[in-house]
Amino acid sequence: MSFILVVLEQIDGKLHRSADEVLAAARSVSLLKGLPVVAALTGKGIADLAKSIHADRVIVVEHDLLDAYTADGYTAALSQLIAARQPELILFAHTYQTRDFAPKLAARHRKPLISDATSVRVEDGSLVFVRQLFQGKLNADILASGQTVFASIQSGAYLAEDTGNLETTVETFTPQLNPDEIRQKPEAPFRDSDRAVDLSSANRIVAVGRGIQDQDSLSLVEDLASALGAEIGASRPICDNGWLPMERQVGSSGQTVAPSLYIAVGISGAIQHVVGMKGAKTIVAINKDPDAPVFEVADYGICADLFEVLPALTEEIRKSGN
Amino acid sequence: MKILVAIRQVPSRDSQLSVREDGVWVEEEDLSYEINEPDAYALEEALQLKEKQGGEVVVLCLGPESASEVILEALAKGADRAVHIEEEIASSLDSFSVAQILAKSIQEESPDLVLTGLQSDDMGSGQTGVIIAELIGYPHATIIMQTEVQSSSVRVKRELEDGWFQHVTMPLPALLTIQSGINTLRYANLMGIRKAKTKEVRQVSCDVSTLEEGTKTVRVYLPHRQKQTTMLEGDPAAIASQLVEKLKTEARVL
Ligand SMILES: Cc1cc2nc3c(=O)[nH]c(=O)nc-3n(C[C@H](O)[C@H](O)[C@H](O)COP(=O)(O)OP(=O)(O)OC[C@H]3O[C@@H](n4cnc5c(N)ncnc54)[C@H](O)[C@@H]3O)c2cc1C
Ligand SMILES: Nc1ncnc2c1ncn2[C@@H]1O[C@H](COP(=O)(O)O)[C@@H](O)[C@H]1O
Repeated sequence: MSFILVVLEQIDGKLHRSADEVLAAARSVSLLKGLPVVAALTGKGIADLAKSIHADRVIVVEHDLLDAYTADGYTAALSQLIAARQPELILFAHTYQTRDFAPKLAARHRKPLISDATSVRVEDGSLVFVRQLFQGKLNADILASGQTVFASIQSGAYLAEDTGNLETTVETFTPQLNPDEIRQKPEAPFRDSDRAVDLSSANRIVAVGRGIQDQDSLSLVEDLASALGAEIGASRPICDNGWLPMERQVGSSGQTVAPSLYIAVGISGAIQHVVGMKGAKTIVAINKDPDAPVFEVADYGICADLFEVLPALTEEIRKSGN
Repeated sequence: MKILVAIRQVPSRDSQLSVREDGVWVEEEDLSYEINEPDAYALEEALQLKEKQGGEVVVLCLGPESASEVILEALAKGADRAVHIEEEIASSLDSFSVAQILAKSIQEESPDLVLTGLQSDDMGSGQTGVIIAELIGYPHATIIMQTEVQSSSVRVKRELEDGWFQHVTMPLPALLTIQSGINTLRYANLMGIRKAKTKEVRQVSCDVSTLEEGTKTVRVYLPHRQKQTTMLEGDPAAIASQLVEKLKTEARVL
């Protein structure tokens, strides 16, 4: 009988935080299509972790050569599993590791991968995925065709759900791997330096994006931040340009923050930024584009020129004696 | 060393997008284009590697006729020559199709190093480079923030999540997907712009009907807002006082 294979990610014996979200996405399809949800967990010495996974069944893909993640090793191992078991749908969470090997795995099976989908539904028996285009400005419905469908699910698109205590059965799959086919030699992960600023504990953050246009104009943002007693955060392009240090970057490759107040200034609201700040209690967005995706996550939206709004807002905050 | 850089033309960042009549892509008529941002960084990385150790930088672009502008820009910045695979519907092709087309040209060039951007601003699938690597049999690594080319291998710094990184070494030839911010971009100077016009741009055609099946876009549309955002209106002073009031009394964060 066919099934949905959910490829889960673990690092150092811990499940990636996306695991319950992608399992929830799989269960939503499972209800519509009546297919069981089977999770695959790849690595070495991970059998205990497998027992804690909320799926109908868990397949532990184990091998000495899978101890450290490599794109070649994971592709070879999971490709053998897929060929042997023939799942109908293969789901991943759209993590950096998935970006690194899932397109390769799908291509090995001569299949496309529908990446970074925000939802999936069934229409006339076929799977239809929604994904964002133009950094979230538009959506597209993508029809999956063929016997084996590969797709990855965007972070935060599905809510992890409480499934209670599921009894799951665990089995082991041992792939045939040859050390020569693993061409990447990975070293241990590291952080660049101790971060001088820890935005994760900041109570107020004013974050600046490319709408600020030039480095000199950053003073407008600094003024507002100082009036509020807030830390300054930034979107990626601001740090890429060297206008602010990398450690002030908020988002999937930067810091994850949860202040009580987050003011996004001239930031479009790309998903890689939003994942880092959507946990803020109150979000204010200032952007001149009424269709900017950032308004989707904002509590208060100001659709205006930031160069006009910032000075007025700074003055108002100062007046209010905050 | 021969380095090939895959560049994509994408609509300029402040483009006003509208859905095309057939509902499956955007109206392209009035758009202006630029080099996809991470691809500009990939090109810069290639130029810097060439300056360090010599060799050739070849730019590869699958795009409509209008893509000749971004190709010219890449040549003006210092690329030696270009291959333009002309296809009018290129921008709406899915990455599996794009990768199959690009892979064929890359195999003909057999470069020592292939650089792509990690993701396109328009399609946003973040896959093309990785699929190409599989199709041409090169080892690869993604989201690269630093490269060190050694005699027969390359050591790279890969970005992981939450501010973590990792070094990975692999043999050449190899393919890397480059992240924005890896280096500092240069501008084309006048000399470069003049020289660009004399450089070779090889035009190649492709046949999309021979490709293995990709994904099918059935509808493109404006997302509807899920969250109720309170929009504040008025002149700047009025907006500022409304916001401070709301932050104090409604949100209670001031
Ligand atoms: C793997 C990966 C990881 C990434 N990690 C991160 C990350 O950690 N953090 C991150 O931020 N990004 C990250 N990115 C990049 C992300 O995809 C976006 O490209 C980036 O967040 C865009 O930054 P921005 O909003 O400042 O710029 P843009 O998207 O260029 O937006 C600028 C905005 O300013 C507005 N604007 C312009 N002028 C004005 C004005 N005068 N007044 C008001 N508004 C104005 C515009 O309408 C626009 O909405 C990552 C991308 C990838 C592929
Ligand atoms: N039409 C194209 N021509 C050349 N390179 C492309 C094209 N489309 C995508 N690429 C490359 O593939 C990368 C990733 O694109 P994508 O998979 O669409 O996110 C881009 O940054 C480019 O380097």
